Amino acid sequence: MAIPKVCGIETEYGIHATGPDANPVSASSLLVNAYAAEVDRRTGWDFEDETPDKDARGYAREGAMPPMVETHLANTVLTNGARYYVDHAHPEYSTPECIDPLELVCHDKAGEAIIRRSMVAAANLPTQPVVIAYKNNSDGKGNSYGCHENYLMDRQVPFANVVAGVIPHFVTRQIFAGSGKVGTETTAFGSERVHFQISQRSEFFEEMVGLETTLKRPIVNTRDEPHADPKRFRRLHVIVGDANLAEVATFLKVGTTSVVLAMIEDDMLPYKDFTLADPVRAMHHVSADLSLTRPLRRADGSSITALEIQWEIFAAARRYAKERGLEVIGEEPVGDMVLDRWEAVLHGLETDPGSLVHQLDWVAKHHLIEAYRDRHGCDWDDHRLAALDLQYHDLRPERSLFARLSMERLVSDEEITAAITEPPRKTRAWFRGRCLARWPDAVVTANWDSLVFDLGADPLRRVPMMDPLKGTADHTASLFEACENPTELLDRLSS
Amino acid sequence: MAEREQKRRTAPSRTETEVEVEEEPAPSSPRGEKLKADLDDLLDEIDEVLEDNAEEFVRNYVQKGGQ
Repeated sequence: MAIPKVCGIETEYGIHATGPDANPVSASSLLVNAYAAEVDRRTGWDFEDETPDKDARGYAREGAMPPMVETHLANTVLTNGARYYVDHAHPEYSTPECIDPLELVCHDKAGEAIIRRSMVAAANLPTQPVVIAYKNNSDGKGNSYGCHENYLMDRQVPFANVVAGVIPHFVTRQIFAGSGKVGTETTAFGSERVHFQISQRSEFFEEMVGLETTLKRPIVNTRDEPHADPKRFRRLHVIVGDANLAEVATFLKVGTTSVVLAMIEDDMLPYKDFTLADPVRAMHHVSADLSLTRPLRRADGSSITALEIQWEIFAAARRYAKERGLEVIGEEPVGDMVLDRWEAVLHGLETDPGSLVHQLDWVAKHHLIEAYRDRHGCDWDDHRLAALDLQYHDLRPERSLFARLSMERLVSDEEITAAITEPPRKTRAWFRGRCLARWPDAVVTANWDSLVFDLGADPLRRVPMMDPLKGTADHTASLFEACENPTELLDRLSS
Repeated sequence: MAEREQKRRTAPSRTETEVEVEEEPAPSSPRGEKLKADLDDLLDEIDEVLEDNAEEFVRNYVQKGGQ
């Protein structure tokens, strides 16, 4: 049965460092540490429960390369419940657990603001390299880094149903969730000339299902690491998405996926109607087809376009909303907002994609690049177009092209500023964040499903948080009010 | 596909009431002139902020692969 779609986004930022000692790992650490020093955050990450090699299918495939856990790099937990750290050679920001897609848009934007503050803090340090962060997914030379989503799901749902149900959505949702890209950088398209793609990430996907995240990337990632009670919950780890700057794109990427997953949990997604013969090829084709008309081959031999699949999924979502309601997507009116916006954007893509120039990243970027080509008469291989593409994602306000495009907003600057320090109120992120804000010296480490306290005497004490929907502002208001210090808190929790 | 056609016919009416659809006005209309002027201003600004040496800028942006 469908459960609330608690959700989060983890973004690996692209990074460019110039000057002495300009290596990406130390530059990434510099950003994280400069921010942690500025806001006086000392609580580290606790790796006790990290098992990224566990496979949702219940086995390890021969030759599979499970991701490694790196424990030696900068790693911190913030008072808004987020994790901010260095992963591989990138600064990574993981939002706290949010209760709905709109709250997640706000926390995703707060992550960008934190990266911007980090750049300023790092620049104020003496004799350091200049570090610039980009919210994109590839360097144009075949190296990709991810923007992953996570969704809470009911453990009872067979994983095979999840796989079959999400693939058509993951292949086609890029038509509104793509961030756009000039050219190609893999062998996905063979000799076909592709000047502009809808998605940054799509061409990097080579498999349908698998555990890897850094090579032979699969459309459905099978990492089975719920960060919650494994008997009740699954965390679907989604690696196909582009990092979005447009709020509408993030909202739709997460909102439509939440609805699709709820429909899978309630067995109300008629995915057999649009099962594709070759989802990986289809995903590449969709990314390369700006006309949105290319037919994709279905398993039954007939053909269907990406837009048609999205209309089918949308129609199923309307039926689902009518029969079951959308409470699991978020409090009213968030579920209806998702459906209305979804419908409007599909209609826009069908009739006049240019009408979405202030809503979707790929449309905005394409429009900008075409206007620039018009003015300067550039060919597609002109370096200035690649530079425009890259600079669209530059997070520095004085350089960002995205910031100049008057994109539609869904959350206010005040809400984003608050989300830099305040945790979401309706998930366990509240408990994590409030404990860190109130007793920063007592919380020695934290992770998604526990906090470890050092009360000065006796062994360290771990507080488990195995239910993402517990530890909310409502649950803990009287607790925080009644406790003067962490010792009282732990005594009350254990009594 | 009959079912889909029917659904799609329902889409535009909802859309028009709920979303500000930006129509492409004829260039000669006052609004079209304004859009073109805005775009010109934007392109002027972009010419100013775009990294000076595009080729070097793009060449130097090399990332280690991530997840």
